Amino acid sequence: MKITRKDVEHVAALAHLELREEEREHMRQQLDDILTYVDKLNQVDTSQVEPMAQVLAPSRADAALRDDAVGPCLPRQQALAAAPDADETFMKVPKVIER
Amino acid sequence: MELTREEIAAVAERKRAAYEAVIGLEVHVQLKTASKIFCGCSTRFGDPPNSNVCPVCLGLPGSLPVLNRQVAELATRTALAINCQVREQSIFARKNYFYPDLPKGYQISQYDRPLAEHGRLEIHVPTGGAGKKTRKKRIDITRLHLEEDAGKSLHEGLPESEAKTYLDFNRCGVPLMEIVSEPDLRTPEEAYAYLTTLKQVLEYIEVSDCDMEKGSLRCDANVSVRPVGTEKFGVKTEVKNLNSFRYLAKALEYEIDRQVALLESGGRIEQETRLWNTQAGRTEPMRSKEHAHDYRYFPEPDLLPLVMDAAWVEDIRRAMPELPAAKEARFVEHYGLSDYDAEVLTANRALADYFEATAAKAPNAKTAANWIQTELLGALKEAGQEISRSPVPPQALAELLQLVEDGTLSGKMGKTVFEKMFASGKSARAIVAAEKMEQITDAGEIEKLCGEVLAKNADKVEQYKKGKQALFGFFVGQVMKATRGQANPRRVNDTLKKLLG
Ligand SMILES: [Zn+2]
Repeated sequence: MKITRKDVEHVAALAHLELREEEREHMRQQLDDILTYVDKLNQVDTSQVEPMAQVLAPSRADAALRDDAVGPCLPRQQALAAAPDADETFMKVPKVIER
Repeated sequence: MELTREEIAAVAERKRAAYEAVIGLEVHVQLKTASKIFCGCSTRFGDPPNSNVCPVCLGLPGSLPVLNRQVAELATRTALAINCQVREQSIFARKNYFYPDLPKGYQISQYDRPLAEHGRLEIHVPTGGAGKKTRKKRIDITRLHLEEDAGKSLHEGLPESEAKTYLDFNRCGVPLMEIVSEPDLRTPEEAYAYLTTLKQVLEYIEVSDCDMEKGSLRCDANVSVRPVGTEKFGVKTEVKNLNSFRYLAKALEYEIDRQVALLESGGRIEQETRLWNTQAGRTEPMRSKEHAHDYRYFPEPDLLPLVMDAAWVEDIRRAMPELPAAKEARFVEHYGLSDYDAEVLTANRALADYFEATAAKAPNAKTAANWIQTELLGALKEAGQEISRSPVPPQALAELLQLVEDGTLSGKMGKTVFEKMFASGKSARAIVAAEKMEQITDAGEIEKLCGEVLAKNADKVEQYKKGKQALFGFFVGQVMKATRGQANPRRVNDTLKKLLG
């Protein structure tokens, strides 16, 4: 067993997720399966291979950069419309409680 | 255990000297760009809330970040200026945490492959005591990495503040670089000197406004203490909110004293994040455990590695303006200034440029340095004016110095003329002509004036000749008075000596 119930609870807390009792075991099992599979991948000898963070490796500098130019933003009304709670100026969230 | 201010002060007073502080600074610098780091929204300060936002910086689904070229350029320029090695391929990473001002639920930052590492900066630390002596110290820099800023939470002062937190995302996605020093700083003064030097370099190379009030320069400190003579680091705390030079030293002093007092009272230092509370004048534990969390960094899949190839880095290196340390050395070498004068005059680029422009036209660079430091900087400070907007431009000051040099004006008259120049913006020649301030240097005229004074004071001349030497000063004074201070004092002296023979 790679993942314990405690790990699940820790990760869920970091993600601000509340899991029901049966979900905890379900998630534990799934995460455990994933790590078991990763372990299998780890059996391949990669000591001579550069770690890869991206599938698309840029061949030259500047490959995927943009100029420092101000482009159109969202009109505020439209930006705020997507928020569950907003007035005409700000988005609002329930009072942030330091935890 | 939290000790009160009084308890801390009482213990630290006695025990402070037995401990040494170990300080490292993390400095967040806003890069001077027009648009944000990963989208085209404006970075302008003070715009109406939520007016510079788009799907990318709001983290809306389906949007993709694209790195701003200028960010790479400015950060690399900084890395080179602080002697870092620039990584040919650096990668972005997601730093995961939840806070409402971070709409994606993660901050795009750099983690195990930052843009640059292994830098250093030389600082000047005042040695205290009399005089203006400083000692040099090298501070190593661990890393420089890129990241995006978060938005702003407003907790108070709005209609529903009782129940709600308001969010402004204009800052979200503003480009930052974080510069992390090694724990090489030992005193609050060293930390202050380091931040001052770093800010000076950043301003010289024009990568940031470095305006602490607008949040474009922010500083956190890692602080621990250990008994003097020991090597092992103590448990450290992270002190946040050191957002003004004024409070940096104060906050560090407080935190060092707190740790000393806690250890001396049998307590234990908790590894924690503390906030500097300016009103209360103390550091306080942060209630939020938010930042003590495990951030679960992983490579950002939406961004390619940043490739800084040798040719590009070389271009940036070639375009680098002269750095403060090099300028300072050149001022000593080329103009024959003292170390102290060179340090003062290179404090910022505008001042250094002013000095060089003056020195180019003035009869003597050292005299120009003195006048700038005493007369000009004094007058600017009093007027609350920046050097870039000095009412006396460099050529005008150089012209005044020329008039003093050739004897048209005495040093004292020169200072009066300077004050008039500063107040009116007029040239030295114009003021001299309008006020007939020219110094009297003509030998015949001075002799005539001296003769008149002596004739009028025949009784005193008698006393002088009988041995009352102190009266000499009286005669000089009378001549100067008769000419409203415009006679050349040296010539008056010589002439009177001759006449009294
Ligand atoms: Zn945007």
